[in-house]
Amino acid sequence: MLKALVFLALCALTVSVTAEAVTTERQTELRNLVHQDCGSCHGMRLTGGLGPALTPQALQARNHDFLFATISEGRHGTPMPPWRTLLTEQEINWIVDYLKTPEAKP
Amino acid sequence: MRTFLAAILGFVFVAGAVASELRGTGDLGVVVERADGKLLVVEHSANSRLAEVEGLGDLSHASVVFSRDQRYAYVFGRDGGLTKVDILQGHIVKRVMQSGNSIGGAISQDGKWVAVSNYEPGGVRVFDAASLEMVADIPAEYAPGKFSKTVGLVDAPGNQFVFSLYDGDQIWLMDMADPRKPRIKRFEDIGRAPYDALITPDGRYYIAGLFGEDSMALLDLWHPEKGVRKILKGYAEHDEKLPVYKMPHLEGWAMAGQQAFVPAVGQHKVLVMNAGSWQQEAEIDVHGQPVFVIARPDGRQVWVNFAFPDNDTVQVIDVESRRIIKTLKPGKAVLHMEFTPRGENVWLSVRDDNRIDVYDTSTLERVKSLQAMKPSGIFFTDRAHKIGL
Repeated sequence: MLKALVFLALCALTVSVTAEAVTTERQTELRNLVHQDCGSCHGMRLTGGLGPALTPQALQARNHDFLFATISEGRHGTPMPPWRTLLTEQEINWIVDYLKTPEAKP
Repeated sequence: MRTFLAAILGFVFVAGAVASELRGTGDLGVVVERADGKLLVVEHSANSRLAEVEGLGDLSHASVVFSRDQRYAYVFGRDGGLTKVDILQGHIVKRVMQSGNSIGGAISQDGKWVAVSNYEPGGVRVFDAASLEMVADIPAEYAPGKFSKTVGLVDAPGNQFVFSLYDGDQIWLMDMADPRKPRIKRFEDIGRAPYDALITPDGRYYIAGLFGEDSMALLDLWHPEKGVRKILKGYAEHDEKLPVYKMPHLEGWAMAGQQAFVPAVGQHKVLVMNAGSWQQEAEIDVHGQPVFVIARPDGRQVWVNFAFPDNDTVQVIDVESRRIIKTLKPGKAVLHMEFTPRGENVWLSVRDDNRIDVYDTSTLERVKSLQAMKPSGIFFTDRAHKIGL
């Protein structure tokens, strides 16, 4: 129980305020989306595939806005599609935070 | 004393027979449980699970080929792991980490060599199918110091392998006559960004799908000297191209008579082309962006699944009329479909519902469900005897 509380506290510290609007239930869905669907190109463990690796280490040099724009608009000239029609801004913000946060991975 | 011995011998004999009950492998298969790094061994005579094999690493996008005796499965994992699994006994025989990031593989015509297609380091490595000892390392160096991710690796008649260079826009034909020094024939400028490829069931034509342009690259392996030519040029030029949320797969060539059915990239369409002239004959509007387009073994039906967010749906096309005869909603995230060898049933992996569904292909009704954790690829052993699989 204590461990769980500490873990939750850590999560709360590492996830930025922009993610607040995403419900816990939706977070579970988004986590699944990131690993299973983004994973079809980036690897289920986000270590890369046809698309680049998305581990916190690999994304170190990329800031939040760059990653937000990449997910939202896609990358022209590559297979990366725009997700803005399928995800809200809050959800994309949550995903960026999730990708950047090492502790949060299953 | 003699009767006592006879009784003991009889007992030993019976016990031995029970312990090692004989069975064939022709109705076996494996299902990839990718989240858990596990393989399920299944059989499709009574549609049941037989065994679980653990410890296969990162199985995202994992694919499988079989030894020609249909006893061993070679599993290609994303983490570069190549694992040889004894499906009769349900355990790992040997496992090697052969690269940092791999995408798939193939087994040679003579069954002696297993080739693995790698993203990192970009290239193909060849292993002895018995020992998994590496016999050849072929970096996909398409320009000085530049290495390409390799895709669409298949076996071809003449003990050859064929694969495409995603970053290098090339197709390489690899002759295994001398396995330690395979002879490579390169075809350059075949079109932009080949993302996957297939070989026709007769082993004659190798066709790479191109992500970077509306066409496909065709190599006639009876006449490699004629080079690669483009087919289906500009198939989408009059249509708006949609974002692609999952790359289509070209494995499992949907060929029905003289017609070939292929997924259109970035469109809600299946294209039909004549497999003699390679001209487009028709296009069929479907529910979403197709991922797998697979013909039932008799060629009467083509089954299609779709990319996110339409991946809860499967459609069945009647080949004769080119009409959709059924739209199924099996569940959340249908990733793969595999027909039984003669096609009376098809197995679907329903990833997010943690299920394998078995459908009767004549009634189009579900006949059974099996539990499986986040299942992705389903592979039956009849692939062992098919060119390109």
